[in-house]
Amino acid sequence: MTATATPPTGTTKTMTMVAAINDALDIALAADDAVHIFGEDVGVMGGVFRATDGLQAKHGQERVFDTPLAEAAIVGMGIGMGLAGLKPVAEIQFAGFLYPALDQILSHLGRYRHRTRSRYHLPMVIRAPYGGGVHTPEQHADSPEAILAHTPGVKVVIPSTPADAKGLLLSAINDPDPVFFFEAIKLYRSVKEDVPVGDYRVPIGKARVVTEGDDVTVICYGGMVEVAQKAAAAATQAGIGVEVIDLRTLVPMDTDTVIASIAKTGRAVIVTEAPRTAGFHSEIAAVIAEEAIEHLRAPIVRVTGFDAPYPPFTAVEDVYRPNPLRVAKAIRQVMDY
Amino acid sequence: MVQCLAPDGSVVREDLLPDPETRLELYRQMRRARHFDERGWVLYRQGRLGVFPPFGGMEASQVGTAAALTKNDWLFPTYRDTGAALTLGLPIARTLAYWRTSPHGWHMPADLKVLPFYIPIATQYPQAVGAALAERRQGTRNVAMAFIGDGGSSEGDFHEALNFAGALNAPCVFILQNNGWAISVPTRAQTRATDLSRRADGYGIPGVRVDGNDALATYHVTREAVDRARGGGGPTLIETVTYRVKPHTVADDPSRYRSEADTAGWDAKDPVTRLRTHLLNAGLMTEASEADLLAEITAEFEAALAEADSYPEPTPAEILDHVFAEPTPQLKKQRAEILAEHAAHDQAQDSKEQA
Repeated sequence: MTATATPPTGTTKTMTMVAAINDALDIALAADDAVHIFGEDVGVMGGVFRATDGLQAKHGQERVFDTPLAEAAIVGMGIGMGLAGLKPVAEIQFAGFLYPALDQILSHLGRYRHRTRSRYHLPMVIRAPYGGGVHTPEQHADSPEAILAHTPGVKVVIPSTPADAKGLLLSAINDPDPVFFFEAIKLYRSVKEDVPVGDYRVPIGKARVVTEGDDVTVICYGGMVEVAQKAAAAATQAGIGVEVIDLRTLVPMDTDTVIASIAKTGRAVIVTEAPRTAGFHSEIAAVIAEEAIEHLRAPIVRVTGFDAPYPPFTAVEDVYRPNPLRVAKAIRQVMDY
Repeated sequence: MVQCLAPDGSVVREDLLPDPETRLELYRQMRRARHFDERGWVLYRQGRLGVFPPFGGMEASQVGTAAALTKNDWLFPTYRDTGAALTLGLPIARTLAYWRTSPHGWHMPADLKVLPFYIPIATQYPQAVGAALAERRQGTRNVAMAFIGDGGSSEGDFHEALNFAGALNAPCVFILQNNGWAISVPTRAQTRATDLSRRADGYGIPGVRVDGNDALATYHVTREAVDRARGGGGPTLIETVTYRVKPHTVADDPSRYRSEADTAGWDAKDPVTRLRTHLLNAGLMTEASEADLLAEITAEFEAALAEADSYPEPTPAEILDHVFAEPTPQLKKQRAEILAEHAAHDQAQDSKEQA
């Protein structure tokens, strides 16, 4: 099953990604009293990126509330709220600040259904801005998605467009299991598109074919999709047909869409902004090697960050974070093999 | 330190005495817990129970506190709090199954809000805050109780939870069982602030220090804390001063890190003996009625043991059950792998046996 990029039907409204996220949260709060939003600065202030702007005023201080500054307790408290029948939607201010909560996440969040044989389940969402490209200070640009993807029992969703952000977030909030929802900081306000009005869902676990092509498959997600699109546009000029696949969801991964594309093109370029070793790009490469190696006409190429901390140095940030030029080179590399 | 009964069983605070039925029930639950603990050792030696953390000597700390809850309240026990879980109603058979590492031990009864024993230290504390807050948000008067030890009170999650509960006025009762030891590390090496109840001061919530070997005292202070939480008065930290007379687990050898002198004197403070003396002196129990009680407890345990023995072992593919509501394509594929591998293994065994 492949969800191709179809223009939304019905009423739409032009929105940035952060506005689409705010819209999804607003709809979820209105639809279900169980939904509660909490985190640092999400209430009165509306979040450091304004993702929760206006929600406390509209839905009240009990439904949208500020917490003390402690990530382990934000996640741990959310787990308890989920056990007791609420739908907690926690915001962690930056993905790089998730680490104090890792004990709660790795030890409990994904295990609760398993350790109670489904007597309890955790319909919890943890939202966090992630990634670079906007010259944030040190520690603010991490891409820790592989840590979560490696944690059994949690889903990992990373949208790349306003419409997907809204539709996937509403799916995440209504999912019976825990979902990590990473939002590319770079995309919050840089992209606008028509977003369906009202409760609109994009299924978790279905990739999106962004552009179709016969020569190379470029697999990416989140903040790297626009980078891949720019590289693909340049390659098209040179007569190379590039199929860009936006995974949308890392767990569960839509391997069928990936494998079908590799079967057609025989070439794979994988793009993320996470460190090279043991990143989610490595998982994608392993799946392709296991399930589609007979189709490959060139080695798989990963275009990623490096095995060093994300550099807080504006002048050279672009060296670390893949740009269209690096992706275009990788496309050329697999074509020339 | 709040105390109702002196170690010799004499009453030091008449005003704290609960009604006779409650005193008898606390004794019954302590005896049930002790029976489990004692039989647990024997079953472990017989290979019929896995490694299990004994709690004998801490019954007043676990029973007196948990007895203050109703079945609508939440209980977040650690691995050493079998006694608390049994008191609230966790079936003995399920508890045995848990310590046998059978999935049946993770099946919590639908009418109880007891979570499986917590292994990672202190993580249950913030979760109890969340459950308590959720009850309030949903308009109930239910509370959440979480247990921790002196070692656990050094963890960040402990401090974050106390602060959150205070800031959010969560109806939480935090039980801190100070049993003197975090495996081999004594409380005095754990912290300079050895009156652990005072940690509450840092978070603007009440802190109570109680004789953890006096079931009437632990029950009294916990009832007060539970009632305060139900009434919207917020969280309380209760330090039960007790002692881990037993090893850390049945596989631990305490002689490596403590001497008999460390433990001397604690047998004289035994919580079960203390309440027993009081009940006999007060004429609330006779040796004959006690014998009936012990016979009933023994029969109940043996019936539960038989039930636990009847639970089937899990099948290989069960390790992949209950990960998500709907298994992902990846899990479906992995299940097929296990099934295929296991069938092949079974066939190989068959042909080996036939050869």
